[in-house]
Amino acid sequence: MNDTNRERQKNPSGLRSQSPREDRPRGDAGAGGGRDAIVIEAPPDKGGGNWGRRAFGRTVAFLSPSLLLVVWELLARWGAIDERLFSRPSLILGTLLPLLRSGELLSHIAVSLQRIVLGFLAGAAPGVILGLSMGLFPPLRAWLMPLVSSTFPIPKLAIMPLILIVFGLGEASKVFTIGIGVFYLVLINSMTGVLSIEPIYLDVAKTFGASKKDFYLTVAIPGSLPMIFAGLKLGMGTALLLIVAAEMSAAQAGVGWMVWRAYDMFDIERMFSALLTLAVLGYLLAILLETIERKVIPWKEK
Amino acid sequence: MEGKVDAVLKRRTDAGMDRVAVGERSAVGWSRSPALPPGVSVKISGLTKEFDMGDRSVVAIDRLDLAVRDGEFLCIVGPSGCGKTTLIRTIAGLETQTNGTIWMKPPANRRPLTAMVFQTDSVFPWMTVEDNVGYGLKMQGVSKSDRDAKVQSLLRVTGLEKFGKSYPHQLSGGMRQRVNVARAFAADPEILLMDEPFGLLDEQNRMILQKELMDIWRESRKTTLFITHSVDEAILLGDRILVMTAHPGRVKEIIDIDIPRPRDLITLRGDARFISLYKQVWALLSEEVLRSRAQETPHS
Repeated sequence: MNDTNRERQKNPSGLRSQSPREDRPRGDAGAGGGRDAIVIEAPPDKGGGNWGRRAFGRTVAFLSPSLLLVVWELLARWGAIDERLFSRPSLILGTLLPLLRSGELLSHIAVSLQRIVLGFLAGAAPGVILGLSMGLFPPLRAWLMPLVSSTFPIPKLAIMPLILIVFGLGEASKVFTIGIGVFYLVLINSMTGVLSIEPIYLDVAKTFGASKKDFYLTVAIPGSLPMIFAGLKLGMGTALLLIVAAEMSAAQAGVGWMVWRAYDMFDIERMFSALLTLAVLGYLLAILLETIERKVIPWKEK
Repeated sequence: MEGKVDAVLKRRTDAGMDRVAVGERSAVGWSRSPALPPGVSVKISGLTKEFDMGDRSVVAIDRLDLAVRDGEFLCIVGPSGCGKTTLIRTIAGLETQTNGTIWMKPPANRRPLTAMVFQTDSVFPWMTVEDNVGYGLKMQGVSKSDRDAKVQSLLRVTGLEKFGKSYPHQLSGGMRQRVNVARAFAADPEILLMDEPFGLLDEQNRMILQKELMDIWRESRKTTLFITHSVDEAILLGDRILVMTAHPGRVKEIIDIDIPRPRDLITLRGDARFISLYKQVWALLSEEVLRSRAQETPHS
């Protein structure tokens, strides 16, 4: 009895969420001859363990949006929500599929994707460089931080008219709108990345005779990479938010433009198709960034 | 190289005690300084370190004098807050003294003057074990192939050869501290500084690493300053033990450990000489610990 108990205690699949002590009798009073013992048993094996948990996670990740679609469909069919305003998944699919098959959607995606990527790069590259520099050089930080802090909270939508005046109605204004949104997030995160490097690593670099340049290359930049990537991921999210704003005016194509155009025409199904496309696009770009992150930061703990 | 010399000079900026030697920029010229007697690797005279705490200043080290012999393993014990760490950080060039002079034997060719093993986890998480161990060499400008040979031999000695390509987060705490020690030895400094390197390890790991440290050290006989809070460890490892006074830190006494090497903690514990040394060190140390407790005031 004791031995089997011990073996089961070792069983790693016993989930921690359930204390084995609570749901077991703490002593078998009055059980015949032998002395009473407090029995501590491992919870029964629920099977699967780590693998089971991951499979569960994957299933739920698929189930929860599907369930939402089913509920949406049913509510619309029962008339609980106004189909003219909210449409329903089957109708949206009926619009989305032909759009996809004709290649029209893909051409809009290509236009938007180009703007997102250019804007992202235009914002992220100076954001990383300036952020790192501000983290490394206190005088630069002292000079620029007040400017960053005061201009960061200005809503990007509020400066859209200004952007249009300065950059015109072409691509430049759209790329800039996205770029400026990405820029701040990447800058602030990169700077914080440098500033939050453990001081002990500075001591190590110093004791081993690292020059300033060595210090930047072997400690400051690699040490701040995790934060830089956090900024890039946030920036990518913002880029997708801003594409819709950037394509609101003075655009002839793009997924964001599709949303506004469909709204003008009151083509709800088309609008939802564009929104859905944006959601999928955002999801795929996030996966892309995470894949790059795993390659660039192999030391990052999961 | 230029940066190195500057670091040395910084450690010697003082109240004008040694201006002549300060003027000599080359390390070779420096060794000719009459201030360093033969057989001495580090000479410290009147070393004072004050920390500016805004409204008041705290004296961490007060007019400390010390001569570290060439090739000796000097263990430093003292109550917490007595300035042990400040002392070796000043020698390492991580702090600048308020007053006093430190003379150090200049290293031959391009080897660094000091290397330090820290108490806390200081292995770079973004470098593989190999790159961590070779870091000091890389900073000295040693070529990749020369570096590799040395790194591999140290990985073998410290039992890390299978982990060369691993990242620190894949290693246990004891393993990471091995990397830390290997990194300092790989740099091949003139003077090795160790600040309670095994203080945070569990006892089993500590005993294994102490033995490994002794194995590596016996081969190089590097001048080593080793801070510890364990009297056992100090007697096991040291040629001499420096007992520091409670805050502010000064030299209370230096005790010779005349037990032949190699030493083994298990046999040492039954050894009469070990017991008497232990009592002697502990008597000095406990006096200072009690004194430092009497000094303690509630934090405002």
